[in-house]
Amino acid sequence: MSRAVSTQTKFGWTIAAWLVALLIFFPILYTIITSFKTETEAIAGFDLIPSGTLQSYAEVEAQNSYFKFFVNSVILSVGSTLLALIVAIPAAWSMAFAPTNRTKDILMWMLSTKMMPAAAVLVPIYLLFRDAGLLDSRVGLTLMLMLINLPIVIWMLYTYFREIPGEILEASRMDGASLWNEIVYVLTPMAVPGIASTMLLNIILAWNEAFWTLRLTTTNAAPLTAFIASFSSPQGLFWAKLSAASTLAIAPILIMGWFSQRQLVRGLTFGAVK
Amino acid sequence: MATRQTRTLARFMMAPSVILLLFWMIVPLAMTLWFSFQNYNLLNPGNVSFAGLFNYKFFYTDPAFFQSIWNTLAIVGGVLIITVIGGIALALLLDQPMFGQGFVRILVISPFFVMPPVAALVWKNMIMHPGYGVLADISRFFGLQPIDWFAQLPLISIIIIVAWQWLPFATLILLTALQSLDGEQKEAAEMDGASFVSRFWYLTLPHLARAITVVILIQTIFLLGVYAEILVTTNGGPGYASTNLPFLIYRTALLGYDVGGASAGGITAIILANIVAFFLMRAVGKNLDK
Repeated sequence: MSRAVSTQTKFGWTIAAWLVALLIFFPILYTIITSFKTETEAIAGFDLIPSGTLQSYAEVEAQNSYFKFFVNSVILSVGSTLLALIVAIPAAWSMAFAPTNRTKDILMWMLSTKMMPAAAVLVPIYLLFRDAGLLDSRVGLTLMLMLINLPIVIWMLYTYFREIPGEILEASRMDGASLWNEIVYVLTPMAVPGIASTMLLNIILAWNEAFWTLRLTTTNAAPLTAFIASFSSPQGLFWAKLSAASTLAIAPILIMGWFSQRQLVRGLTFGAVK
Repeated sequence: MATRQTRTLARFMMAPSVILLLFWMIVPLAMTLWFSFQNYNLLNPGNVSFAGLFNYKFFYTDPAFFQSIWNTLAIVGGVLIITVIGGIALALLLDQPMFGQGFVRILVISPFFVMPPVAALVWKNMIMHPGYGVLADISRFFGLQPIDWFAQLPLISIIIIVAWQWLPFATLILLTALQSLDGEQKEAAEMDGASFVSRFWYLTLPHLARAITVVILIQTIFLLGVYAEILVTTNGGPGYASTNLPFLIYRTALLGYDVGGASAGGITAIILANIVAFFLMRAVGKNLDK
């Protein structure tokens, strides 16, 4: 904005915005603070200054083998995203650069598969997984997460690829580049940013998926969503431990999320808002 | 420039995605439809028979069914009202000149990245707990009786938690749309002496219309499927007071072992989602033409 704003007004808005933002962020902040408290401190009433103990973090690992769930979360989210990219990149590439009359219909149809409510197909998926021996297996869940995010991956890649000017391809073809050279030297460098942000957003979505990860796993393949959900049983008040586990579960994704704000808007609105 | 060769190549490149999604769409759907007409209980799997419309009748006459439909719509409606109105207000606030705007944005967007079980448990224990929660502390500070949120207001509690998760999403999208508003138009309106209210009503709101539509439609898809938040807080209770349709299906299928009944519920959920999907496809499709 070109208009000059008085410093006073700017200070006013700053205070208002910071207050609201801190209010919204408060549950996360308080979780982080509580994770550095002892269990007694955690239920001793409102207090923003923790004693700074790392006891809860040690216990989460010692008693609940946190790391196993963390590894599962990484394998499932990264694995399903990479798998989805392998399948989606050729599809998005061909739709963006060799569109036909039916391309739009195919894209819309792909998006429509995302609308199927997960709970509606819980019964058949559960039975299929049971009969195939895929319940509580990393392979099964990776496939599942890949399938539910595939439409979003294709759409995001498509909106990025479509912005790569076709003339560049024509020019490289005129210069005698083979299809292989065209892909490796011309397309890939231009497509990498789009692929990277697609990857980032989908790792976040897969990491936080909390229907299939809860219903199709018990122990072996269970990721952090299932680990945290296991704290819901009223076995006592272990808030410091719950906070430590929660902090560890959300920290990596929170940081990734901060870097992908822009892509988030674009990816989740299927390019409708940029 | 599409030659026959590139067309064949294109088809070949799309095949894996199309086949996978086709499979993903048709197989579970067909199975759900098939099961919904069968007497099939997992406790008695040897005894499967044709049930006609019995499962639907059973599901629809269950008092929990209407309660769950109502709860599903209440969650969707309640969260939409909070996030759209709150999102517009927050977007307008974040669009003002201020210090540390980037940091404020990061704070506001953060709840969206918190996985549902964490969000629900943090709210359940640390914020809304009737004995030790922050809200109880505040109530006591003012000499009031703390509210036992999940016993007295189970559905409202869940709406609050889910709204907290989705408010950042609405804010971020509306802010992005707001920032694409032409600055000159705004200045012109200001110079013509338009008040803040009339500028908002005649200039900003129409500009945000499409973003608001997109927010409503996308959130509706996700909100129809709220599950983990209910599982870890109220477990659908007390009674069925906070059971929505996905949760009722889960309960019927995996706790009641009733495959037929759960499938009839599943078909109902699909019909509900399709009504929403119809409108979303039109909105997104329109954008694709541009």
